[in-house]
Amino acid sequence: MRIGLFATCLGDTLFPEAVRSTAVLLARLGHDVVFPPEQTCCGQMHVNTGYQREPLPLVRGFAEQFGDASIEAVVMPSGSCAGSVRHQHGIVAERYGDAALRAGVAGVQAKTYELSEFLVDVLGVTEVGAYFPHRVTYHPTCHSLRMLRVGEKPLRLLRAVDGIDLVELPEADACCGFGGTFAVKNADTSTAMLQDKLGNVAATGAEVCTAGDSSCLMHIGGGLSRLRSGTRTLHLAQILASTRSTPYVMQTDQLSEAAR
Amino acid sequence: MSSTFLGMPAAPPRSPYGTGNLRGERKFPAAAHDELRDEQLRRNLGKATRTIRGKRLDVTAELPDWERLRDAGSAIKTDTMNRLPELLQELERKVTEHGGTVHWARDGVEANEIVTRLVQETGSDEVIKVKSMATQEIGLNEHLTSRGITAYETDLAELIVQLADDKPSHILVPAIHRNREEIREIFRAAIPGVDPELDSVPAHLAAAARAYLREKFMTTQVAVSGANFGIAETGTLSVVESEGNGRMCLTLPRTLITVMGIEKVLPRYQDLEVFLQLLPRSSTGERMNPYTSMWTGVTPGDGPQEFHLVLLDNGRTAALADEVGRDALNCIRCSACLNVCPVYERAGGHAYGSTYPGPIGAVLTPQLAGMHAAKDDPNSSLPYASTLCGACFDACPVKIDIPSLLVELRHQHTEQSGTTAEKLAMKAAAQVMKRPRLYTAAQKAAGAGRVVAGRDGRISHLPPPFAGWTDSRDIPAPPKQTFRAWLASAEGAAELRAAAEEGARKPGHDGEQVGPGRNGTHVSPGRDAEQVGPGRDGTHVSPGHDGEHVSPGRDDEDGDQG
Repeated sequence: MRIGLFATCLGDTLFPEAVRSTAVLLARLGHDVVFPPEQTCCGQMHVNTGYQREPLPLVRGFAEQFGDASIEAVVMPSGSCAGSVRHQHGIVAERYGDAALRAGVAGVQAKTYELSEFLVDVLGVTEVGAYFPHRVTYHPTCHSLRMLRVGEKPLRLLRAVDGIDLVELPEADACCGFGGTFAVKNADTSTAMLQDKLGNVAATGAEVCTAGDSSCLMHIGGGLSRLRSGTRTLHLAQILASTRSTPYVMQTDQLSEAAR
Repeated sequence: MSSTFLGMPAAPPRSPYGTGNLRGERKFPAAAHDELRDEQLRRNLGKATRTIRGKRLDVTAELPDWERLRDAGSAIKTDTMNRLPELLQELERKVTEHGGTVHWARDGVEANEIVTRLVQETGSDEVIKVKSMATQEIGLNEHLTSRGITAYETDLAELIVQLADDKPSHILVPAIHRNREEIREIFRAAIPGVDPELDSVPAHLAAAARAYLREKFMTTQVAVSGANFGIAETGTLSVVESEGNGRMCLTLPRTLITVMGIEKVLPRYQDLEVFLQLLPRSSTGERMNPYTSMWTGVTPGDGPQEFHLVLLDNGRTAALADEVGRDALNCIRCSACLNVCPVYERAGGHAYGSTYPGPIGAVLTPQLAGMHAAKDDPNSSLPYASTLCGACFDACPVKIDIPSLLVELRHQHTEQSGTTAEKLAMKAAAQVMKRPRLYTAAQKAAGAGRVVAGRDGRISHLPPPFAGWTDSRDIPAPPKQTFRAWLASAEGAAELRAAAEEGARKPGHDGEQVGPGRNGTHVSPGRDAEQVGPGRDGTHVSPGHDGEHVSPGRDDEDGDQG
């Protein structure tokens, strides 16, 4: 399958390991990964902060870069960016775009997937040949869970990982308190939510807290780092990309990517 | 010759600024900052919301048709809003036919005046009250007090709030922020003749309130209520409650005055079939609420002999005029969204500054009262009091998409705010992000952020407005290499090639390869490895650019990378 990889601005700039792992994983599964180099950002931050005019060029850019019919699917290692494309690009196009843009957006929306739903729903695989002999807990990010409805898909992928010790996160479906600019505008409330999430992560005794969104992991990882916690954060793609021949190397003094 | 006005009508009015209880004194972040310090409040809220959450999940999961009930509730409400004027006129006609009197109140000021006049006409200087959001919204009690009329709240939690001269903090459980010790102190200080030895055993507290209230029920001749539903088809009003105080108020006095928001009308009597299932299960987590009272006008010799219905607008028509925002009018005040909201659970109801707190309050309050009625209007902060986690949407019995409404109201806020520092920053960010060359340059500039990080790669202090982040969280130093730089590097190409080869060695992973001859040369198992090297023309294809082959290696000149 010819897959357009959307790195997301956060992944490209701050969390390249997660995107690298996504590319490596898809290549390992035998797919043709293309990276339209003009890609930048989906505009989620703008829309969620109340700005719908400003991201119009970003919405148009996304539709143009991934609209080519030769790209059969657009995949990104982010539930919230996939949610932005699928649920918000249409709102922006409807309000400020023209008929051509609305058609372009509709076309690209229909083939846009977050990584875990692409693997399970489109490729029909849960066993991806991964090997990760560590204790892991999974945080289902809000937009993956309630906007995209990925449900158990990430957990099915994780359960199939060789060597993994997957432990359930208490109150897993509670928001970590990130919420984009919420974490800055309402820093106190955000912090109160994060404290509870960190407590639940700590209770699992996991070496790794994983999720399908680098933004939420940046938040949780930033809190774990401040506490000098022994738990690190890793994107789901990094676990799935790890194999027996090229395993992810956990160094004892190594911080999570989120606290590099 | 008379002229006919054919232009657009003026926008419907919001609730007048400075009236009622639809606006706090401070913005949400400042109010929440103080509330968050109250450890007792957080413990009470955490315990109470957790308990109600669990009960609600139990009683909604047991119904096989719960999702269809939600769909039905949503459809009936949407239908109602689409023909609100005719339904309200039908309701007025039916109530009048059955001996009631209908009054129309444009806003809270008018409603307060109407109720005051009606009470004065009875000659009474006291009223007993059924818990009511609408009368709380318009500040009726305070208004009555100013006119020499005493209003007695008869719902136990409302009584606690009233005796403490406090404000409700939850739609359903107004005293959720109080624990039993606090309630004992409130009762000992404020209930006349209460046993000074009163302890904090819940049954004893309830008995003290009961003794106090029973005397009010037996002696007061006027009651004021809200309404959960008003049936247009029959003129029937309905109140659902748990304590029986409502039934007392609705049946014992000679005069009953009901204040109902115009969005509470339902088309048909049969619609109650849906809402009397949705409401208690979503609200208290009960299969059925203990008391459901319904009355139609007046019945000679039975119950109140005088009935007045005050239909309250107070910004509802303004909300109805907003094609996105109007969905908030579908709310049936169950408070399920409050109980699942992680922001409400931490900050509490008072932080919202409105009679309507929580997620629904954050979308309803700015629509009823506006969010730009004053400079730095506190209501303008409400749409931002959410992480957009979506738990409220899942819990809502009438499927109000609260996260989308919040995003819409944020948009309306920025559209009406003129030029702000944030808007300039957002415009600047979009300008950079729409130009890939500027964007990659900005990525390199971000890479310079490494210099402010500590030796361990953490950034622990940032200046405002980002200091709120680093007060409790580190931020990673930007990595040495962006993804696109890695992709364009020899290392990236080698890693992808190795992955493809590893996959090709395993059976079952080779079914969907793209054969040679396709446009461009992509990472593809079994292909000549030489073709995957970086810096070669045509390594990757950028669609939408006339098939022009673009190599991500074009940024390779950057010395920071690799």
